[in-house]
Amino acid sequence: MAVIRDIMPAFDLLQPASASDAQQLLDRYGDDAWVMAGGMDSFDWLKDRIKRPRVLVDLSGVDELKGIRSTSDGGVEIGAMTTLSEIGSDPTIRKNYSLLSEAVEHVAAPQIRNQATVGGNVSQDARCWYYRGGWPCYRAGGNECFADTPVGRNREHAIFGGDRCVAVNPSDSAPALIALDAKFVIRNSKGEQTVDAEDYFVGPTADITKLNILKPGDLLTAIRIPATWSGAKFYFEKIRDRNVWDFPLMNVACAMKLSGDTIQQIRIAVNAAAPTPLRLKNVEAAVVGKPANADTGKAAGELAVQGAIPLQFNAYKIPLMRNLVKRAIGGVQEASWA
Amino acid sequence: MPKAPVAQPKPEDLKPIPFGTGYKLIGHDYSTNELVAKVTGQAKYAEDFRAEGMLYCRLVLSPMPHARVKRVNAEKALKMPGVRGILTPDEVPGHANYVNDNGTMIKADKFSELALADEPMYQGEPILAVAAVDELTAANAIEAIEIEMEPLPFNTDPIDSLRPGSANAREKGNVWVREGREEKLKEVKWTADDFAAEKEGKLPTGEAPDHWSYGDLDAGFKNAALVLDETFSTEDVSHQCLEPRTTMAFWQNGKLYLYTGTQSTMQTVPAIARWMHMPEENVVFISEYTGGGFGSKITGALTLVVPALLSKKLNAPVMMRISREDEHFIGRARPGIRARTKVGFAKDGRITALDMFLVSDAGSYGSNGDGGACGQITSLLYQPQAMRWRNVTVATNTPPRSAQSAPGGMQAIAIVEPILSKAARKLGIDQVALRRVNSPEGKAQYGPPGRDGDRDYVTSCYLKQALDEGAKQFNWDARVARPKQSGTKVRGVGVALSCYHGGSTGFDGLVVITPQGRVQIHSGIGNLGTEAFIDVHRAAAEILDVPWENVDIVWGDTSKPLPYSCHSGGSQTVHAMTRAGHAVGLECVQRLKEVAAKTHGGNPEDYVVANNRVARKGGGSAMSFAQAAQAAIKLGGIYDGHDVNPQVNAYTKKSVAALAGTGLVVSAKDTYKHDGDSFSFLACFAEVEVDVETGKYYITDYLGYADVGTVIHPAALGGQVLGRSTLGIAHAIGQKWVIDPQYGVTVAERFYTNRPPSILDVPVEMKWNALNIPDPETPVGARGCGEPPVGGGCASITNALADALGDNIFQRVPVNSDTILTSLEAGRPMQNPFVAHI
Repeated sequence: MAVIRDIMPAFDLLQPASASDAQQLLDRYGDDAWVMAGGMDSFDWLKDRIKRPRVLVDLSGVDELKGIRSTSDGGVEIGAMTTLSEIGSDPTIRKNYSLLSEAVEHVAAPQIRNQATVGGNVSQDARCWYYRGGWPCYRAGGNECFADTPVGRNREHAIFGGDRCVAVNPSDSAPALIALDAKFVIRNSKGEQTVDAEDYFVGPTADITKLNILKPGDLLTAIRIPATWSGAKFYFEKIRDRNVWDFPLMNVACAMKLSGDTIQQIRIAVNAAAPTPLRLKNVEAAVVGKPANADTGKAAGELAVQGAIPLQFNAYKIPLMRNLVKRAIGGVQEASWA
Repeated sequence: MPKAPVAQPKPEDLKPIPFGTGYKLIGHDYSTNELVAKVTGQAKYAEDFRAEGMLYCRLVLSPMPHARVKRVNAEKALKMPGVRGILTPDEVPGHANYVNDNGTMIKADKFSELALADEPMYQGEPILAVAAVDELTAANAIEAIEIEMEPLPFNTDPIDSLRPGSANAREKGNVWVREGREEKLKEVKWTADDFAAEKEGKLPTGEAPDHWSYGDLDAGFKNAALVLDETFSTEDVSHQCLEPRTTMAFWQNGKLYLYTGTQSTMQTVPAIARWMHMPEENVVFISEYTGGGFGSKITGALTLVVPALLSKKLNAPVMMRISREDEHFIGRARPGIRARTKVGFAKDGRITALDMFLVSDAGSYGSNGDGGACGQITSLLYQPQAMRWRNVTVATNTPPRSAQSAPGGMQAIAIVEPILSKAARKLGIDQVALRRVNSPEGKAQYGPPGRDGDRDYVTSCYLKQALDEGAKQFNWDARVARPKQSGTKVRGVGVALSCYHGGSTGFDGLVVITPQGRVQIHSGIGNLGTEAFIDVHRAAAEILDVPWENVDIVWGDTSKPLPYSCHSGGSQTVHAMTRAGHAVGLECVQRLKEVAAKTHGGNPEDYVVANNRVARKGGGSAMSFAQAAQAAIKLGGIYDGHDVNPQVNAYTKKSVAALAGTGLVVSAKDTYKHDGDSFSFLACFAEVEVDVETGKYYITDYLGYADVGTVIHPAALGGQVLGRSTLGIAHAIGQKWVIDPQYGVTVAERFYTNRPPSILDVPVEMKWNALNIPDPETPVGARGCGEPPVGGGCASITNALADALGDNIFQRVPVNSDTILTSLEAGRPMQNPFVAHI
């Protein structure tokens, strides 16, 4: 069969107006259905004719999945279909959870953020160029990893967690949500379940064909951020090649509660280092009770990269991750001319 | 014309001239005639055209880097509803000889590509085309086609191709050599000893078919206070025109009508005729607007052939839209060059000797001139007292290369400038001062001696003035004196010289003054997207002394008669066509005076032309342009186009004949003297701020200061200086190819993976300026500026990075966080400069 790209194949477009209708459609079509949020990931797959769903369930008309609401515990619930632009400009989130505002404002470009949703951003697929190019790799159901070879082009791939696949999770919002101890609300025909943000993501050891736990019929409906980390000291940084419209070479998100200079509580995560966002529990444990200063940051950075395995072209990710963790905890020595 | 340079006064005393001095139109900003259509969406690009019963076609691309198509079974596809037909390689016209403008027979290049290939030489090469009622049907049909391919040996890395025992890109060899007028392939494999330098991080060198030299190289190195031996590589970079090379074609009364975007309207016609094996007069070509070309659409592309042939075969109009992935493969690219350059410097920084060895990547079809231009530009821009140039142009199974803005010049500047910067640091000389001492000036010579023993030289060069003025405007000295490091941030400043060709000669102008009194200027220049194709006609209008509001420009459609014009490439338009405009302006003034004298008596010299009128000096008889045009029609002959200026090109003569009787029809050829070759020059300045913990850097300031002769249209020139600087900056900061050499396949064919720069990757307020000192060898004094800024854009950034971080960070561009972080960790450049496409 000859291959052609950049022309979307035909499919049935289903546009439910409610979450329950969406649920029913997903139940009815199971594996044949493709769930589309903002379409920023879906359209690439579809236009390249690599993913060939029979039906596409477009959630853009499901208003109940949109919006930002206060929760009874003082936190916020964000509908999965809320756009990144809305999150970035929401006053409550900017005031109490600026870690997330900052993270989403680093996603792609303004036009994409106006269309992209938070549900889509955390659920997006890997951007390994072999996988996205339709190569028959493990993640695509084959039996080879083309990136992890002596000459494989793997500059943007994983330094942790590679297991037959070295693609990274590319989300910018995911590490921020992990740091904020967010809960992801998943609905299916059996009911609703809530999982910790970090448990939403899966690596190749658990399921090499997916980046998250959603199964056919599952719908991510909302993300809840507890009040726990409201107003904490936050740090987000994303390093990318271009200043706009680029996935992370790596990012870091950190929430700290301090007593004076002393770290009382901390959650820290990085992404684009592994097939899942990495919550750095060893770092968290090591720095609690220590001052949030450069020395602690330096030690934390060095601890964070222990066990990293670079590929041919991505060794830079080790000092990058080390320094991002260092900065997240110890701060950045800004230039006096800034 | 004398071969030896004409002595000119040293230009030290020349100062910048305010734009527009002495002119009513030239040097003043205005809105170009096509601008409103572009900004309101009314402009029609190729994809906007439709024809009744139009079919759509899509290409089938080779999945392999080198293969032979053994069998195609399209039976199922052709039976699908809505599928109208396929086009196969055996239906494409083959290579053919042709006769050029000078009447010279050019032999067919049997190595050049055809529109469809039965032996694809790169992944992504079109091998079939399918036409259907819509694109979805065509795509579905393509997936129903069975293609059996036999994989053939391939190589995507030019250095690897030179290793003993490695695969060649083509069965006949791997290196292009010139024999007389012909390019031929031969096998060149270097020895293991040749590759010994690789272990030391130096580019290995071996047999090099291309070479020249001048001066005493050995003495130059012997007398040098400092000798540097540096290896540096530039990346292959796609043109990435925003408008892909989409084409619509139909046939009517035996004529082929083609709609696409190109860099030339008039000059694309013979190219189409050549590809299609048909007479030029049966081609009607429409190209009103073009969304970028950068050298890749000079006379259209082979993609014109596919819809034209399918349209003929299926007897229906055919539109072939090119997708972004198609465009990546067939849209051309700049060849990457791996270089080893040994440079000797005197104590004051003057280059005493320069020995350059290049390995140029030719890609899959034909040789290219980038390696050659790299040597020429190096010799011009840095004026080494002695120089040797050696070059190997290697065929690879990668997408075809073509000229991209400043072909070879961009690479030369990217390769040599970091060496100058390093030398300045080692010699303790200011960066601007070191460049000033090496800068060309006046009628600077360049390249090797010709057969007559003389070296070529430029028309004029005031680069030292641009360097001085630029350094002042950029506050160079103050910036250098500031602290470099604070916290995790390091800042650096960079300066780079830049130049490229800036003009050609010998084209025609064609003006009709209509019976309504409008000045109608016909132009065969392609509307590339820059404004130069309109700006150049200000020269004729200035001489005619007409308000611009009274001028109409006719362009973009060969059914409207057009003159022999240059293509919008090689930065020649402003130079070439202001000359033609000047010539036709003068000719038009003369004809107007003659018409007035014949109508009202007296001699032509008794009349003056101004403000839409031709009037007797000192008052009395006068004619409006409308009246003059009406009188010209009555007079006939040379006045209304029934006779034609014998000097103009045959193409122009046909156009004049077609316009005969429509008004005062005037044509003229540029026959002005032109001593030297026209080049334009820039001094480029940049500042960067690098975070040493992340390797992330920002360009915080940029200035391009131009020596381009007379400024015709300041806003457009500013757009060119900064736009093309940005193209150069792209090479420094991230745009590239990524190819897996094991499979010979591209993995970064999307914007987000091959990373052309965004507007946020350059400073918000980039700055430009120009000397506005006229070139003495052209009547309006103007030269082109499309290409000259590109190399300076790139190298000013890399020089600023080296200023910030030192000399042990990078040996290739682009430079990104990965380059910087790994090298800072190791204390030496960590990215292998030879490995292609990482």
